[in-house]
Amino acid sequence: MLADKDRIFKNLYGQHDWGLDGARRRGAWEGTKDILARGRDAIINEVKASGQRGRGGAGFATGLKWSFMPKQSDGRPHYLVVNADESEPGTCKDREIMRHDPHLLVEGCLIAGAAMAANTCYIYVRGEFIREREHLEAAVQQAYDAKLIGKNNIHGFDFDIIVHHGAGAYICGEETALLESLEGKKGMPRLKPPFPANMGLYGCPTTVNNVETIAQVPDIMRRGAAWFASIGRPNNTGTKLYCISGHVDRPCNVEEAMGIPLRELIERHAGGVRGGWDNLLAVIPGGSSMPMIPAGADQADTLLMDFDGCRDKKSALGTAAVIVMDKTADIVRAMARISYFYKHESCGQCTPCREGMGWMWRVLTRMAEGRAHKREIDLLWDVTMQIEGHTICAFGDGAAWPVQGLLRHFRPEIERRIDQYTANADSTGVLDPAVAEAAE
Amino acid sequence: MSVRRLTEKQPASFAFTPENLSWAKAQIGKYPEGRQQSAVILILWRAQEQCGGWLPQKAIEATADLLGMARIRVLEVATFYTMFNLAPIGRFHVQLCGTTPCMLRGSEELKKVCRRMIGEENHVTADGAFSWIEVECLGACVNAPMVQINVDYYEDLTPESLTRIINDLSAGRKPKPGPQVDRINSAPIGGPTTLTDPALFVGNGKGSEAKAPSGADSDAKKPGEAANLRDAPMPKPPEGDATDPRRN
Repeated sequence: MLADKDRIFKNLYGQHDWGLDGARRRGAWEGTKDILARGRDAIINEVKASGQRGRGGAGFATGLKWSFMPKQSDGRPHYLVVNADESEPGTCKDREIMRHDPHLLVEGCLIAGAAMAANTCYIYVRGEFIREREHLEAAVQQAYDAKLIGKNNIHGFDFDIIVHHGAGAYICGEETALLESLEGKKGMPRLKPPFPANMGLYGCPTTVNNVETIAQVPDIMRRGAAWFASIGRPNNTGTKLYCISGHVDRPCNVEEAMGIPLRELIERHAGGVRGGWDNLLAVIPGGSSMPMIPAGADQADTLLMDFDGCRDKKSALGTAAVIVMDKTADIVRAMARISYFYKHESCGQCTPCREGMGWMWRVLTRMAEGRAHKREIDLLWDVTMQIEGHTICAFGDGAAWPVQGLLRHFRPEIERRIDQYTANADSTGVLDPAVAEAAE
Repeated sequence: MSVRRLTEKQPASFAFTPENLSWAKAQIGKYPEGRQQSAVILILWRAQEQCGGWLPQKAIEATADLLGMARIRVLEVATFYTMFNLAPIGRFHVQLCGTTPCMLRGSEELKKVCRRMIGEENHVTADGAFSWIEVECLGACVNAPMVQINVDYYEDLTPESLTRIINDLSAGRKPKPGPQVDRINSAPIGGPTTLTDPALFVGNGKGSEAKAPSGADSDAKKPGEAANLRDAPMPKPPEGDATDPRRN
């Protein structure tokens, strides 16, 4: 288990002062000037050497992403944008950082901004997080008042932070949709290229990072890349905030080392699966967009919670939001509800996504009752494949994967329900189940 | 995606209050010259608060005029983002999370409570006090099931605790936000399994964490200037509007 001294988020549960004084007592804002004095390249190289990969879901190497920003400004300002639009079902980690350790984020913004010569930072907080935004805004104001940021601050690098908010749109967590929203438009993702590092916010070079990624940076710089890289496995280094929800005895957020076995994570911190480990049905390891992993010796039992460990089981770490389902869960209904979520949140820009989401939801709803044809299972698989990879952003993939995960592992369950529904038909015979609600 | 349209019964006029207007101008100033459109969500949100929780057409138009945007562009924003209510809501607007992590832990039972105590979804009670709606993930999944009532999250609910909260609100009491069971925020029930080493918080030789915290968790929970809490009496919805379907 990760030792307490190696944890970055020491006020994860909000038992201590979240303000500037408390943050300073926990080590924040210490030696920040020396870190900035090391210069752009040194900061980026340190983050690269730490092996940190983005904590927002895609797992792209942070240092590499920063190095895409132009070395010389062509007259356009550079922007840092922090993605605090945390909306992935199962995920509630950035919320804890914003309300309980906001100064780690503020300090991280300053360091990241200096590494990319960005003098302005926008933090885009999801609209529902009103209390969390109040904490963050208060922390930013404290930093301004203490001259830690702002014009002519004590660090010698002019830096402004503007806390912006959304108004309830999951898609704004996609980086280009977030930029569109920040520009005051509907949150519809942009085609890439051009990538934000060349043409981002207001047409200027922009880097978008997740809250947790940025909030880890001050500790990486203070304690050194070697410390961070010594935790976890190669290519999967550092600590991670895990959110354990669903059918466990004591759901919680916890910071642990990357690569911790799933079973250890759940049993040590979340009180175990309800009814014991053998009662596990399936687990979604990384937020609702990722395919589920069923119970079993070569599946959930041996799952290591990091990027490569999840990939080995045909899933992905995503945001490390573990949704646990025990044997009482109605797995088909649970997935149908996830499909409803994606139907609700599709921005409507690309046809496969806009039309496909509702189609998948309707078919899955029927399958949950067994009111379907067995041939529709293959048809549903086929439709998910037509959505995946055929949309501007990864939303389509993220909505298709959970359905694929269901079909990959629980096809017999769907067939059983269809058989049961057919067997219970009344004497007049079964109406064609697809007729009642045709795929519109 | 959801189809969202303006409600039919609309008030005849809207004007920003002087303080909201100067607040809005300060927001515009946060963004670079010529990029005032960036403030559209912030200003629409403030307009919604001024109107008692929903966004009439005239407020959308006033926002467009203030920002120098085409009205259709602001209408697009208002209909795209689901936190903009396009028809009147109750004084206490219960947003119930129904997405899978909450569903696994019993949000279906909470829906029954809402139906029993408030009525159908998207329906405002006769006294204008309550309305409820099922929303998508609110991002408090380890504290599931949960609801957001106006600005506060109420977490770790059971049908009994939600009933009590709604009763308290309708009696004018203020129930405590956050987890409704014995736990510290998102720590496991029974106490944290980590961060238990007291040496962590002595750090830096700058004194003990236990000394008077300058920013306790509750500090930022004071009402915002004009906006965050609705202390003013609720404007009456336009006549005959109560039956309109509001959102899809």
